Amino acid sequence: MAPSTSPLSPASPFLIELRDVSCGYGERVILEKVNLRIPRGKVLALIGTSGGGKTTVLRLLGRQIRPIQGQVLFDGQDLAPLNLDQLYAVRRRMGMLFQFGALFTDLSVFENVAFPLREHTKLPEAMIRDLVLMKLNAVGLRGARDLMPSEVSGGMARRVALARAIALDPDLVLYDEPFAGLDPISLGVAARLIRDLNDALGLTSVIVSHDLHETFGIADEVAMIANGRVVAQGTPDELRHSEDPLVKQFVGAHADGPVRFHQPAVPVAQDFGVAA
Amino acid sequence: MIASRVGRAVRLQLADVGGAARLFLQVLARSGTALLRFGLVREQVFFLGNRSLSIIGVSGLFVGFVLALQGYYTLQRYGSAEAVGLLVALSLVRELGPVVTALLFAGRAGTSLTAEIGLMKAGEQLTAMEMMAVDPLTRVLAPRFWGGVIAMPLLAAVFSAVGIIGGWLVAVPLIGIDAGSFWSQMQGGVDVWADVGNGVIKSLVFGVTVTFVALLQGYACKPTPEGVSQATTRTVVVSSLAVLALDFVLTAMMFSI
Repeated sequence: MAPSTSPLSPASPFLIELRDVSCGYGERVILEKVNLRIPRGKVLALIGTSGGGKTTVLRLLGRQIRPIQGQVLFDGQDLAPLNLDQLYAVRRRMGMLFQFGALFTDLSVFENVAFPLREHTKLPEAMIRDLVLMKLNAVGLRGARDLMPSEVSGGMARRVALARAIALDPDLVLYDEPFAGLDPISLGVAARLIRDLNDALGLTSVIVSHDLHETFGIADEVAMIANGRVVAQGTPDELRHSEDPLVKQFVGAHADGPVRFHQPAVPVAQDFGVAA
Repeated sequence: MIASRVGRAVRLQLADVGGAARLFLQVLARSGTALLRFGLVREQVFFLGNRSLSIIGVSGLFVGFVLALQGYYTLQRYGSAEAVGLLVALSLVRELGPVVTALLFAGRAGTSLTAEIGLMKAGEQLTAMEMMAVDPLTRVLAPRFWGGVIAMPLLAAVFSAVGIIGGWLVAVPLIGIDAGSFWSQMQGGVDVWADVGNGVIKSLVFGVTVTFVALLQGYACKPTPEGVSQATTRTVVVSSLAVLALDFVLTAMMFSI
């Protein structure tokens, strides 16, 4: 029997589980036997070097890609064998914030947020209006409803996209680099919003980010992914004080360490034709 | 070595054809849902059709002018200059209306379709839609496909009608052919089913071809600026060649029936 999907009777304290997941593109392996559990109601941050596999985890959670091996469970349900209808039913319980918002450029801010409601519900227009304005109010952009995406700043676009991501009151929100390219004010606003919305709406959030300061400030748990594996997982404080050399290098932003500054190359003496 | 390269190239081409056929069937399978939400299709008929109207109208007028002049030049040698109306009408309705409209449609609406879908892909809008559990094939591709298929015969009809008016302008007021002969020869010589019907069938086939090629190129393009620009160019090249080749096939079939 399929596990219960009601948020009121959780089958497990974890909304998401990755069990021995391996994943890759062609012959290139990105993730190798990754195990990760994401508790309900928490904010989990995925950090790690570029190309280390963070975004791949996010893509696995939305089943934009399938693992070569292992299972990705959403609320106890393995995502891999789902057909398109079943997958869409699961995705209706997820929201995703893309790096640059991915707003529909031919629709106004209001219509962007109304889009999932119009597609998935048959609510009367008055109720759609109220719901959209409530979501826009939650991100502080009720006054921007009539603007087009080309007329709002990058930070505002991301807030509109956040309002759209939570339009259907999802259980899980995935954030792909939500802080990239934002000014300090927008950055603080975005971080606060992620935390507040998570708590107010009872969401579970997964953030992929390079911005350690903001991320550590709002995350309940942090998982560091490097070389296709989860190398550390714990509270932000635990990672800050970790003795693991890789975590230390990453959190301390040191240029050299287990992640080398220099690409492997022939000796310097050989390249410049001088004696060593 | 050469054999393996050729084999690989053939395999990749076949895979492309297979991918295109699969997308075509997927779009057709989703057409019911798209047509039920007719507002989406109507919007596309407006975008694709209405915005191509000026280029279609102007082109039709000039093609009509030229047809009448060239037709008169030939027909007057045989003393049958009055048949110029019939010549203009048959040329437009059977051949030039559907073909030139399809070529102009590929350049005007096809490129904008490709660029729109390509940029939606590059801006992750299609992925965002999928993550919102909305199928882009149903929501984006199918309404545009039917918008194009519906718009094409309407535009071809406008092209032919304006072309006939252009032909009249040159033949009657300018050259001085009798208006009664001009219209009555046309009326007597153009058959609704054999001539107009064949033209409509052609423009429907071209509508399917050009719109699908444009959608395919946009949907399959590399999501980068150069990827979108190459796809836009391919839309014009592939759909124009396909229209000309199909026109020969259709004409040959229509003659043999």
